[in-house]
Amino acid sequence: MLSFDLTEDQEILRKSVRDFAEKEVAPVAAKLDEEEKFDLDLVRKMGDMGFFGPFVSEEYGGTNVGYVSYIIIVEELARVDGSTAATVAAGNSLGIGPIFYFGSEDQKRRFLPALCEGKRIAGFGLTEPNAGSDAGGSQTTAAFKDGRWTINGSKIFITNASSDLTSVVTVQTVTGRKPDGRPEYSCFLLPAGTPGFTRKKMTGKLMWRSSDTAELYFEDCRIGEDAMLGSRGAGFHQMLKTLDGGRLSIAAMGLGGAQGAYEAALKYARERKQFGMPICKFQAIAFKLADMAVEIEAARNLLYKACWLKDSGKPFAMEAAMAKLYCSEVFGRVAREAVQIHGGYGLMKEYAVERFFRDQKLLEIGEGTSEVQRIVISRAIGC
Amino acid sequence: MTSGREKGGIHSGGQPGLSQPAHGVYNPPLPAGKPIGPGRVWRFLSMEIAVLVKQVPDTAEVKIDPKTGTLIREGVEGVVNPEDLNAVEAALVLKARHGGCVTVLTMGPPQAREALLETLAMGADRAVHLTDKAFAGADTLATSYTLGKAVEKLGPFDLVICGRQAIDGDTAQIGPQVAEYLGIPQATYVQEIEIRDGVLRAVRRLDAGTETIETPLPALVTVLGSLNSPRLPTVPGIIDACSSKDRLSVMNAADIGARAEKTGLRGSPTVVWKTETPKSERRCEMLKGSPAVQAQALAAILKKRNLS
Repeated sequence: MLSFDLTEDQEILRKSVRDFAEKEVAPVAAKLDEEEKFDLDLVRKMGDMGFFGPFVSEEYGGTNVGYVSYIIIVEELARVDGSTAATVAAGNSLGIGPIFYFGSEDQKRRFLPALCEGKRIAGFGLTEPNAGSDAGGSQTTAAFKDGRWTINGSKIFITNASSDLTSVVTVQTVTGRKPDGRPEYSCFLLPAGTPGFTRKKMTGKLMWRSSDTAELYFEDCRIGEDAMLGSRGAGFHQMLKTLDGGRLSIAAMGLGGAQGAYEAALKYARERKQFGMPICKFQAIAFKLADMAVEIEAARNLLYKACWLKDSGKPFAMEAAMAKLYCSEVFGRVAREAVQIHGGYGLMKEYAVERFFRDQKLLEIGEGTSEVQRIVISRAIGC
Repeated sequence: MTSGREKGGIHSGGQPGLSQPAHGVYNPPLPAGKPIGPGRVWRFLSMEIAVLVKQVPDTAEVKIDPKTGTLIREGVEGVVNPEDLNAVEAALVLKARHGGCVTVLTMGPPQAREALLETLAMGADRAVHLTDKAFAGADTLATSYTLGKAVEKLGPFDLVICGRQAIDGDTAQIGPQVAEYLGIPQATYVQEIEIRDGVLRAVRRLDAGTETIETPLPALVTVLGSLNSPRLPTVPGIIDACSSKDRLSVMNAADIGARAEKTGLRGSPTVVWKTETPKSERRCEMLKGSPAVQAQALAAILKKRNLS
């Protein structure tokens, strides 16, 4: 029988994360955004709450609660603050994911426990200044000589990679050419502090201002063979798999953000009086709110279905792309109308919808633009 | 509860359907502590703490049916009464300091189970759900009787902790009535708790200032929201609480030896005659005359209304 019931633990989890977000995140979110401050204490608190390692088995320090629960965590954080949700979404899907899914036993034991505790975080270095949507155009190289790899190149827009908490970054490189002439990609786990590996915090962002974003530089950065993630040549496959899972958490950010912006708009519309009555009584406003409610409901069903597919071990890549695309764009429409309903106040930093409006834009760009999602979906349906 | 413990406390028979709590009990032959009350001996080993909680409708959502005058509960999300979470937190802090076991009890319909799971996820050792059709429609007397019976049955306990009052009824009667039923000392409106040498020291908030009292154990306290900041359930805590089958048990009237005519609607002398939402009215009165005359008139009005 078809059931939309969440389990008891998922219901309690949602409530607990919501309480955490409202008590610990909401009071500081605007200030952290204003100051572009990545709050290490907040990360540690989220570690204590058990927000990291939701798909990692207990032996490596994870909670193994599955993707639906993971997505509930990200959704509830995003309902209050995009930057904070980004830290958890990227920390799990991009930081922990590749190590857990593709790492050797030694690598997992070395990195995962501290990452799952939230004492450290990790990044995933894929995008380069000249390789965005064209992820295959990577120019960062790794050359093998005398039992060691030497990495040269750079990465950009890498979440969770510049802070003092960052323990390791997964870096995708070109390690040669395949017999057919195409590049061979391999990933390496580069611990922070490796000589020749420089990390620089990026500032001046429109959105996610209190999330940590880094530029990475590799100048004759030498590492041993044991730093390779999985096998040589597996890098492209690893990247695709990582992004499939990552799309679910980005979608959760869209869904949660839409929910937060919608709730703020609804509350405001019920309180704000013009022409002698609450503005939610005017159809012009009421219909906007009704449309938001419909789209959010549809977005949630699409995303949870994709998570259910993943938790059930079924193919989920197309649904993940659909959910990422749809949730991001729903958030765009909801945030735009939420500001509109707030009128002039919606343009002020004092109101959360101003931040939601800015934070939303990333979701149509990061981890595969909306255009790239449409490519993925159109190929999956046989175009 | 633990064999070989000659400990005072609220008395009990066996514990049907309840497994031993997970905590280890270290029970060396220590010298007896200070006798407190006839036949009661406190040993500084560990504390058996009972916490009484209630699932209530979420604060902001409560509305009153204008026809029946009763609370509309349908479609409103249930939460653990806020000050009951302070009670759970207090129990967990005492347990961390003194060792022991925290048992959470609630009387309520089947959906109250979620409230208990939440307290287990916070770290309570076990939870008991008192649910029975016979319990329905209880006023505070019948509820106190039922909870008192359960505490007796599940005990002995050294301390019973309750929230000051529930946000749906606001009576603040359950704690005091349970203490009366059990015949143990009580401290209400508590904002600080300390236990030393088997003596409970509690700071009570009064209208004007505070009062610090001491009482031997066992005792019952009702706590204020200002006592502490309740911890949130962590992901591992939630998984643990929801996956372990033996930490939450369900008991009915027969299990706790409650007499049917003293529980639920039958055991409730209280009759709700009428519930009204008070209308708030504002009246504006403009004062006239010179500033001095206006000031005098204002002072007179304030004095007349006891606002001066």
